[in-house]
Amino acid sequence: MRYMEEFRDPKPAKAVLAKIAAVVDEIGATAEKPLHIMEICGGHTHAIFRYGLDKLTHPGIEFIHGPGCPVCVLPRARVDECIAIAERPEVIFTTFGDAMRVPGTQKSLIQAKAEGADIRMVYSPLDALELARRNPEREVVFFGLGFETTTPSTALSIQAAAREGLANFSVFCNHITVPPPIRALLSDPDMVLDGFVGPGHVSMVIGIHPYDFIAEDFGKPIVVAGFEPLDLLQSVLMVVEQIRDGRAEVENQYARVVPEHGNPVSIAAIADVYEMRPSFEWRGLGEIDESGLRIRAAYRGYDAEAKFGIGYGAAARVVEEPEGCACGQVMTGRLKPTGCPHFGKGCTPGMPLGALMVSSEGACAAYYQYGGARAAAE
Amino acid sequence: MCLGIPGRIVAVTDAARQMAMAEVSGVRREVNVACVASAPLEDLVGKWALIHVGFAMALIDEDEAAATLDALRELGEAQEALEAMAAGDAALGERA
Ligand code: SF4
Repeated sequence: MRYMEEFRDPKPAKAVLAKIAAVVDEIGATAEKPLHIMEICGGHTHAIFRYGLDKLTHPGIEFIHGPGCPVCVLPRARVDECIAIAERPEVIFTTFGDAMRVPGTQKSLIQAKAEGADIRMVYSPLDALELARRNPEREVVFFGLGFETTTPSTALSIQAAAREGLANFSVFCNHITVPPPIRALLSDPDMVLDGFVGPGHVSMVIGIHPYDFIAEDFGKPIVVAGFEPLDLLQSVLMVVEQIRDGRAEVENQYARVVPEHGNPVSIAAIADVYEMRPSFEWRGLGEIDESGLRIRAAYRGYDAEAKFGIGYGAAARVVEEPEGCACGQVMTGRLKPTGCPHFGKGCTPGMPLGALMVSSEGACAAYYQYGGARAAAE
Repeated sequence: MCLGIPGRIVAVTDAARQMAMAEVSGVRREVNVACVASAPLEDLVGKWALIHVGFAMALIDEDEAAATLDALRELGEAQEALEAMAAGDAALGERA
């Protein structure tokens, strides 16, 4: 068990692994007939691979890697729209580094930058605000990207810009929400999910009740988890215990960070600045109703879509994925990354073809990054 | 981008804008503390917070901060966050 050495303190992990194995045996799940447990968050996907948790847990558990990597689900048409804004001469386009290599239909942001667009990687939307203050003659656009964890930061930045009357700052909003794709996946008759490990930091913002429908409407357990390896194992144990007991509840393993009702300041800022779009496109999953946010009319001056006449859907949709790309099937758990014909050939972290190879939170990149160590261990 | 990083609040820098100085792995960075604000804001000094893209999102205790930082280092995410901060600083200087 090579991966065990990776734990700073392997004893508690061993104890939890033994408990998980006992419960899975009680349920009677096996490698041939496994329990399918989806970790929703890309940070969890990364941690599972880093620590080899999928290899350490009982073979009767199969992890399905969920859609919780905001970079991975960004559709190609949206990347095109973003580049169209970034290439305007008056624009300074600011973005998190993660988004730089996401392929659009023609190019990525990094290619657009090489071709001369003024694109700058920033750590925070606050950096973009500061750039706007320092460059009053330019239009500073921030690429608002991410789930509920990062949504408050752009909402608060827009509020700050409005208070200051900073007219040359705007946000290109691509914020998405976690619950709707989970509902979409659960509504898919081909999908066989037995339980969920819920995202910790998203829940820190929204609390645990937005997941009530998973238990109440679909009868599946979900446990909100921290991302330290022991947190993940404990959460998996809580999920399989619920399955064994025939319970379907929303439980909170990460209560030391996640308040039941979330963070009120964040929730208020999101509600003040954003509203639901009727639908939003997810790479690999298609259009999902009420799954993405847009900036409210009251903050129209800070909405890059309105400012530059881009809107949502100016680029032709739905853009086909590259020939043979299996991102959609991997994202819905129908195929392992290694089953994609491009994996490790036409598609590598250095030259990603599909979005799941772009960020360390994408399932394909995680497989690729830890594949070598894994092969050595097997 | 999604995981955040623990930092210790060392000073309030601009109470009106709810900004404070945080120390993250030895690097100082101004962060927004609106989401964890208490009255008075000075009460935050000395506390640990989970910082996401420049915003303190939750207060955590010191042990939790240490354990989280360890996990982030193992995942390579701590380095990534620090590099992103440096990139942000560089962006402010670029072509300015
Ligand atoms: S290997 Fe590349 S193209 Fe294939 S599913 Fe993964 S990210 Fe998509």
